[in-house]
Amino acid sequence: MDNVLAFGAASAQAARVDALFVMITVIGGFFFFLTQGMLIYFAVRYRRRLPDRDNETPRITGNHLLEFFWVLIPSIVVVAIFYYGWRVYTEQRIPVGGATEVYVNARQWLYEIKYPDGRTAINEIRVPAGRPVKFILSASDVIHGFYLPDFRVKMDMIPGRVTTLWVEPDRPGRYQIFCTVYCGTGHSNMLAQLVVMSPDAYAEWSARHEEAGEEKEHEPLAVRGARVAKNAGCLNCHPIGGAAKVGPDWKGLFGSNVPLEGGASATADEEYLRESIVDPGARIVKGFPNVMPTYKTTLSKEDVDAVVEYIKTLK
Amino acid sequence: MAQAAEEPGSGRGYLAESGWRSWAYTMDHKRIGVMYLYTTIAFFFIGGIFALLLRLELLSPQAKYFSDHTYNIFFTLHGSMMIFLFIIPAIPSGLGNFFIPMHIGARDVAFPRINLASYWVFVAGFLVVIASLVSPMDTGWTFYTPYSAKTGAAVATLSFGIFLLGMSSILTGLNFIVTIHKLRAPGMTWHRLPLFIWGMYSTSIIQVVATPVVGVTFLLLAMERLLGVAFFDPAKGGDPVLFQHFFWFYSHPVVYVMILPAMGIISEVIPVFSRKPIFGYKAIAYSSLAIAFLGFLVWGHHMFTSGMSPLANAIFSFLTFFVAVPTAVKVFNWIATLYKGSITFESPMLYALTFIFLFAVGGLTGPFLGALATDVQLHDTYFVVAHFHYTMMGGTVMGFFAGLHYWFPKMTGKMVNEKIARISWALVFVGFNVAFFTMFIAGVKGMPRRYAEYLPKFQVENVISTVGAAILAVGIGMMFWNFLQGLRKGPPAPGNPWRALSLEWQTPSPPDTENFHEIPVVTDWPYAYGTPKGPAA
Amino acid sequence: MSAPHEGHGDPRVAFESAKLGLWTFLATEVLLFGALFTAYAVFRAKYPALFHSEHLKLNRVLGTLNTVVLITSSLTVVLGVDAIRRGKARLLERYYAVTIVLGAVFLCVKYIEWTGEFHHGRYPDSNIFFSLYFMMTGLHGIHVILGMGVLAYVVVLSRRGRFSGEYHTPAEVAGLYWHFVDLVWIYLLPLLYLIG
Repeated sequence: MDNVLAFGAASAQAARVDALFVMITVIGGFFFFLTQGMLIYFAVRYRRRLPDRDNETPRITGNHLLEFFWVLIPSIVVVAIFYYGWRVYTEQRIPVGGATEVYVNARQWLYEIKYPDGRTAINEIRVPAGRPVKFILSASDVIHGFYLPDFRVKMDMIPGRVTTLWVEPDRPGRYQIFCTVYCGTGHSNMLAQLVVMSPDAYAEWSARHEEAGEEKEHEPLAVRGARVAKNAGCLNCHPIGGAAKVGPDWKGLFGSNVPLEGGASATADEEYLRESIVDPGARIVKGFPNVMPTYKTTLSKEDVDAVVEYIKTLK
Repeated sequence: MAQAAEEPGSGRGYLAESGWRSWAYTMDHKRIGVMYLYTTIAFFFIGGIFALLLRLELLSPQAKYFSDHTYNIFFTLHGSMMIFLFIIPAIPSGLGNFFIPMHIGARDVAFPRINLASYWVFVAGFLVVIASLVSPMDTGWTFYTPYSAKTGAAVATLSFGIFLLGMSSILTGLNFIVTIHKLRAPGMTWHRLPLFIWGMYSTSIIQVVATPVVGVTFLLLAMERLLGVAFFDPAKGGDPVLFQHFFWFYSHPVVYVMILPAMGIISEVIPVFSRKPIFGYKAIAYSSLAIAFLGFLVWGHHMFTSGMSPLANAIFSFLTFFVAVPTAVKVFNWIATLYKGSITFESPMLYALTFIFLFAVGGLTGPFLGALATDVQLHDTYFVVAHFHYTMMGGTVMGFFAGLHYWFPKMTGKMVNEKIARISWALVFVGFNVAFFTMFIAGVKGMPRRYAEYLPKFQVENVISTVGAAILAVGIGMMFWNFLQGLRKGPPAPGNPWRALSLEWQTPSPPDTENFHEIPVVTDWPYAYGTPKGPAA
Repeated sequence: MSAPHEGHGDPRVAFESAKLGLWTFLATEVLLFGALFTAYAVFRAKYPALFHSEHLKLNRVLGTLNTVVLITSSLTVVLGVDAIRRGKARLLERYYAVTIVLGAVFLCVKYIEWTGEFHHGRYPDSNIFFSLYFMMTGLHGIHVILGMGVLAYVVVLSRRGRFSGEYHTPAEVAGLYWHFVDLVWIYLLPLLYLIG
């Protein structure tokens, strides 16, 4: 949909929302310039020019006809806007048949994706272009949000409930996902991506087994680890130098002596790092909260090793 | 009006007695109003400092001056303080307390002791709120569960503080309702009341009906934290979205508590400085009641993405649009008042006209949020932040500033420096628009709110906004400095510097403690400006 | 209607103001409890089986006893107001003292009920029904205590000779408040104890 008014709308539905937006802007703009134009015009035209002429104003106290019309016309206008907004919204809420279903569960501070074939991912959702997609949303701990600005849709993700959202992406691309319900310190770092693939690429990907990120031949382990760390959400909580975040700093971590809650300490060797990824609650670094989720089922052994290798390069 | 324009004063009037006891134990509604003004303005400054800190951090997309956690605490404190400690009480309990009895020709409110109690309950409330800062929270002023029930901060303490602030609000509203019903001077029929009174009356009804619900909401939140009750906890069968319903059942009507008094001030100022009667008195009066009523029916428009059924969403959206109509009616009537007027632009009038202009922007960005499809896109983005700052700050705060400039001579007996007032107005106007207009753009581009860090593509809007905030801060600082200078060494104010017709201006500046030597007998409405030779409509 | 010259110096205006003030305050109390009644309705609709099974665990004998106690206390309030309208301050004090005692009885019975629930392992955090039960009866109990305080204050004022057949506004206003507290209980009883 390469409509110049579409502002990068990624679906036909999004373009419809944009059309509504433009209509409201035009109507609002019209009334704004009309009223404020009159305000400014009257203020200038009827400003007091001579100091002793201030009581020669006519004692006009109202006009019933005018009141009637300026109640009637805005009422009609707002009903029209309501109706249009409601129609476009209804199209958004009624899912289309044949949709690919993806389960998305939010927790502080990442999105866990589960596909019907059992495959899982973190923070990256892959879907084919040209077909509707239905997101089945929930949350584990607090309310989160699922916002796809390019598609002009969002839905809250509520613990103990399931909500749904559907989109029909037009063309391949990478689209931003934001969390929009405040959920704690990592709220603004809960960044995820919707990767819309061409039908061929999607079919090929489905046939393979992937988790976080794509596998590339002969890729150095540390480079792979950097990519996994970014995609799996690790860097949302762990800084590498820089301002403090929710989790311990990775810069200079490998080989250092780490003080733990409860008084003991540990050396951050490969085994410590591996345990921290798959069983983060086993040993908590002193002064940090026990909030890290486990990546035991979402990262392959190779990806865990890759992340450890990556951490080793951060001196 | 039956009263002479100026009465022989007794020097300092209600301010004559000094010493802290004359303030702490006062039952004079004027002194109570002044105490509320000082307190709420102090919180305006503190909340404003938090705002400036937020804008400083938002210059850079990543965390720079303080951690994300600290940023999140700051926006929670900014919102909570501005809403509960400034904008809700400032006009009603401050200017309202001072001027409601004077407007209706009474010596005081119906229950002066309850009035004093409301102030001390307010103080208790803010002390408890401050006590909760030992473990500050980052929930946002909306305190959504489950996060607010689980997070390790002093939420229960804060909940009790807000409960007390709500009680203060209820006592004030109750007092005003009885005062307006029972203590009007002879001849002061309902249709001769100043429009400020109609606005305050509608406001008081909302305060009395809505505030108890938020009181219970915070009580339940505190009980969930302290006793583990199950209302909002999904693990025990509770519903976290129920919190949102209860919270917004109050918090939507409360925005009308914020705006209706300010609109009342505008209705007072425009006729005085146009030397014309207000156009459409009854329309403006009854639209205040209509807004108060309709405001209770629309809370769900804050929750369109919370999983409510499409039918519920549709009903809330439909009703939401109707609140726009009485609001628009007021704007049209104010502008019509200017027609064939004889207009001057002293600082109260500058702020009143600014109110209409900025509130129009805020109000006309409402339909984007009331319409379902666009709300789904814009909810929880900076578009909403811009919308409510244009209505609350561009609206209520500008109305508050108009009221402060208008009534400063009456309350203090001094005049402010008009030139400095106009310069600070210009800085406020420019700074405000630069600070907040780009937020609409950031929101349309998709920038979510409550984000300590953001994607680089939103940086330009944020930098511009911070520049605007700095200009705005300078303007506000200059404005209040001007008030201070006026208090200390302003020239003495006459009883009626604006040659206005409502009753408060028929007394000395400052007024005597008993307001009027004799209760006035009212024979005309307070908007009889202009010459009778024009055709009366 | 507007006030005569003396404003709230006029006793008629003061009396009407006090009544309007109290009715307005009662409106706020209706909203306060109304929010809880709404929560009750929402959760009852959601979990009918739970509400049925849990409500049977409440002690209906004690609930009924408390209802009789409160209704009687409203009767003594009516008698007290009637007494002071005829100028009989001492009689007012006695009736209101009996009311306060009945309020205390109500609270004792409530205490027995609550400790009985705790003994059976039923706490505010046990499930949504008991959360509602404890919150609603708890908030009501706080209002009973506040009402007793207000009535006691009226007795003190009467002992100081402040009331007469012409002026006894605090007694009327306090009585009205107590009736409201009774009325809330009349709604709580069937919703919590009786409906299956």
